[in-house]
Amino acid sequence: MTAMPRLAAPNGLLIDRNRPVSFTFEGREIQGFHGDTIASALLGADVKVLSRSFKYHRPRGPLTMAGQDANTLVQLPGEPNVLADRTPIRDGLVVKGQNYRGSLEDDRLMILDRFSRFMPVGFYYKTFFKPGLFGGGSWKFWEPKIRAMAGLGVVDLNHPHGYYDKQYLFHDVVVVGGGAAGMSAALKAAEAGADTLLVDENPVLGGALSYARFGPESDGGRSRMQALAARVAAEPRITVMTDASCQGWFADNWLPVIRGKRLYKIRAKAVVVATGSMEQPMVFRHNDLPGVMLGSAAQRLIRHYGVRPGSRAVVAAANSDAYGVALDLMEAGIDVAAIVDLRPEPGDDEVTKAALATGVTVIPGFTPWQTRPGFGMRSIVGVEIARITGEGRAEGEGHSIACDLLCMSTGYSPTAHLLYHSGARLEYDEATAMMAIRRLPDHVFACGSVNGVFDIAAVIQDGERAGWAAACDIGLDAGPEPAAPNRTGAEGQTHPWPIFSHPKGKDFVDFDEDLQVKDILNAMADGYDHVELVKRYSTVGMGPSQGRHSAITTMRLVAKAQGVSPALVGTTTSRPPYQPETFGHLAGRGFEPVRLTPMHHRHLEAGAQMMPAGLWLRPAYYGRKEDREKAIAAEALAVRQNVGIIDVSTLGGLEVRGPDAAEFLNRMYTFAYLKQPVGRARYVLMTDMSGVVTDDGVACRFSDQHFYVTATTSGAQAVYQHMLLMNAQWRLDVDVTNVTASYCGVNIAGPKSREVLARICSDVDLSAEAFPYMAVRTGTVAGIPARLLRVGFVGELGYEIHAPASCGEALWDALMEAGRDFGIRPFGVEAQRLLRLEKGHIIIGQDTDGLTNPVEAAMDWAISRNKPFFVGGRSIAMQEARGITRMLVGFELVDPKAPVPEECHLVVRDGIITGRVTSAVRSPTLGKVVGLAYVARDQSEIGSRFNIKIAGGRMIEAKVVPVPFYDPENKRQEL
Amino acid sequence: MKLINCPLNGPRNAQEFVCAGEVKLMPDPNACSDTEWTDYVFMENNTAGVVREWWCHVPTAFWFIAERDTVTDTFIRTYPASEVFGARVDFAAPAAKGGGA
Repeated sequence: MTAMPRLAAPNGLLIDRNRPVSFTFEGREIQGFHGDTIASALLGADVKVLSRSFKYHRPRGPLTMAGQDANTLVQLPGEPNVLADRTPIRDGLVVKGQNYRGSLEDDRLMILDRFSRFMPVGFYYKTFFKPGLFGGGSWKFWEPKIRAMAGLGVVDLNHPHGYYDKQYLFHDVVVVGGGAAGMSAALKAAEAGADTLLVDENPVLGGALSYARFGPESDGGRSRMQALAARVAAEPRITVMTDASCQGWFADNWLPVIRGKRLYKIRAKAVVVATGSMEQPMVFRHNDLPGVMLGSAAQRLIRHYGVRPGSRAVVAAANSDAYGVALDLMEAGIDVAAIVDLRPEPGDDEVTKAALATGVTVIPGFTPWQTRPGFGMRSIVGVEIARITGEGRAEGEGHSIACDLLCMSTGYSPTAHLLYHSGARLEYDEATAMMAIRRLPDHVFACGSVNGVFDIAAVIQDGERAGWAAACDIGLDAGPEPAAPNRTGAEGQTHPWPIFSHPKGKDFVDFDEDLQVKDILNAMADGYDHVELVKRYSTVGMGPSQGRHSAITTMRLVAKAQGVSPALVGTTTSRPPYQPETFGHLAGRGFEPVRLTPMHHRHLEAGAQMMPAGLWLRPAYYGRKEDREKAIAAEALAVRQNVGIIDVSTLGGLEVRGPDAAEFLNRMYTFAYLKQPVGRARYVLMTDMSGVVTDDGVACRFSDQHFYVTATTSGAQAVYQHMLLMNAQWRLDVDVTNVTASYCGVNIAGPKSREVLARICSDVDLSAEAFPYMAVRTGTVAGIPARLLRVGFVGELGYEIHAPASCGEALWDALMEAGRDFGIRPFGVEAQRLLRLEKGHIIIGQDTDGLTNPVEAAMDWAISRNKPFFVGGRSIAMQEARGITRMLVGFELVDPKAPVPEECHLVVRDGIITGRVTSAVRSPTLGKVVGLAYVARDQSEIGSRFNIKIAGGRMIEAKVVPVPFYDPENKRQEL
Repeated sequence: MKLINCPLNGPRNAQEFVCAGEVKLMPDPNACSDTEWTDYVFMENNTAGVVREWWCHVPTAFWFIAERDTVTDTFIRTYPASEVFGARVDFAAPAAKGGGA
């Protein structure tokens, strides 16, 4: 099929007639032009049905041609719910309709339209959530079937994540909306010296100037647009961003703007909202069918795309713009059968006079009462009109006018989303029948029709005023205040009641959700009488177009039903985003920081399976996944019998220096540090103010005023912050630095670790006498400056070697080489967990929880009770005085063949939970299952027995045994 | 996103900061009653109005004090902690209690 010829220039502003584009819609090839949207190209090819409605599967065509309605949602191969009137066509694009069964033209589910009277508002709640045929829990059965019938497009779950990214911009003034008001505001602000960004969602600047008729002549908009756009282009301080949607306003003028596949996050000192207003549909029977559209939609089709929206039109009018629409239609060669004016008389402005002068039929005091659907309701063939006899009332139906296009030009509503987000207050104004701004927050300005200014000369003045105010607001000298316009032109733009409910219904308030007048009234009758409740119960305004066309009608209906002014009812809350946005935009490039230790690549080379630990990746074990258990056991055995090496670079490291260093640690940790000798390490246990254990590590004293303190992998940052917060109050003479990333660390452990280290460390006396357990030294290892710590998390002779991170790989290589003759073997976190558990060493966060105090954790040995203060000390003392109710104990299973309990399996006595397992393992060294568990105080004596409820509900018996399980006298680590 | 004026770094995005709650003066832990201590540890006034709060600029680990109106969520003033905590704090040895030393 060939496309109908387009209208001649200057119509078709956005299309390039020299660049034809071919795509398919529902398998049919469609010809359009570069610059066409899917919707304009389809209408240009006389395709009127773009979608099926959500609930009743009624055919729908474009309503706004501005991306403001859900009627144009189509399916692209990888993307559902695409706005056909905003999405440009490209060669080969495959477009399909959505939400139909059979074909878009003949949707078998359209039968639902006939049953709509059986599906009142609240139908699903009432039918499926109460006893009866469809109730009694049957929702689970019916829900998938209903969802398959009512819905939107299809998500391709295998669609790959495309490239999306983000950019951060900073501007003095951001003007949102590039119409007459926005361009004027941007010019004024920029001329005053402001670095200005002008954002508009359309491909070109101009707003209504680009499609509407300003004045009796056809080019009243275009001439103004060209003049303003030329000045904007010449102004170096204005950056223009078109095709860009400002999605919301967030605190302190933080604006997310989406353009293509990029999300801009823009910070502005001042924001000017010049987003204009949205033309509003009327309500009458069959007001939703293809061929019924806003007057501005018809104008966009003509002026933007050169497309004739129909061949014979009726214009429903309640303002002078309707007469502009009629003139535009006539100039486009469309027969205007009649202008049906809702007012008693047409206006006496120049545009109306020009229209009247054409001799067009004007029928004042009448309204469209219903359209006459064509075959399959896929078009209209006429409109029945009726004489208005009161608000929402009309009589004398039956007078019919044949037409295939009905344009509605009966009023506007400000596009105030961003203003609502910013906390501006808007109120229904009876005089103009529109929402009007009553208060704006600081650094936010509004101009143009969103600010209730419609007269085009006044709009430009209002824009200049707002630009001037924004410039002044950010401290620029913008000269004297521009003169205020002497008229706004807002009165008479919007009809206060363009709603004509029909006894037979199908008078749609909300096209997205297929809601009719009676649905709104019934929601109130069901008791949901507040506008926010009406919304949630009926779902009005909850569809893709978010109430852009239904909010005002709903407000009016609720107000009338309650006999109050719409000002008292108000509209529902508007929240970001303004337009639908994809998860791809929010996710961007999916940047997730990962921290790698300096030895990371050595682990990979050795076949390590890496596991996350906070942001870090650590080796879990070395070997193939299928050999996991064997690998862990072999690694553990190497440490117990020989020598192993583990990367501990992820441990936190804090340098604490200054005259008060020891005093500071004495306050931050439970133990005593004042008398800790230089060259010794001491365990550190941190509690918070409530006495809960939060972290542990060791403090190494390298000099009187210098400690090197380790912290857990995941706790380091919090410990550091906590230390600084406390000293912000104490003012001790101490400096704390987080050196976690500056140091790498390895632990070589096992009976042969001394011999290995001795091969490459000659400047430290490693003998047991000179360098005993819990001592610390500085020296060099393979020529690398290092801190040596004789600490033993795994319970064997061992050394923790901390060295500059830049030397990590060299250090690792040197130790592996030195240990080669001894059969050194790297071990991972899993083996370390096993080994430490055999020693009964706790892991903070695994064997402690958000309530554990040191006494419960059997760490009272680490509490110094005769120092003046430590964080949490008072709270621990109070808990002890009140009585400790649970204890962390070591246990072994009575039946060594019983399954290994898992973390958080419960300790149960007489049906009552008394505790839980925190760690458990089948120890290859010990040949039995050992673990740690919280139990009731009276179950905590050595030899006590208790029951653990494991998966499946089976109870297994455990008994309390002393820790360490392995090497109870700690001889091996002190070799 | 809000801007917070860090006394050290100037205005920065709110996501760079953490809040540690209202600034509360710690009672003498060795002299106060149990009730006073638990109030200090657990009770938050949740004031509707102007509060003094601890905020930390995380990338630089700088703690400061902010006066914030919780009703309007506006920062009135931010300043270094030294304005409030100017002097070194020391703790007296615990009074002998129940034979403790």
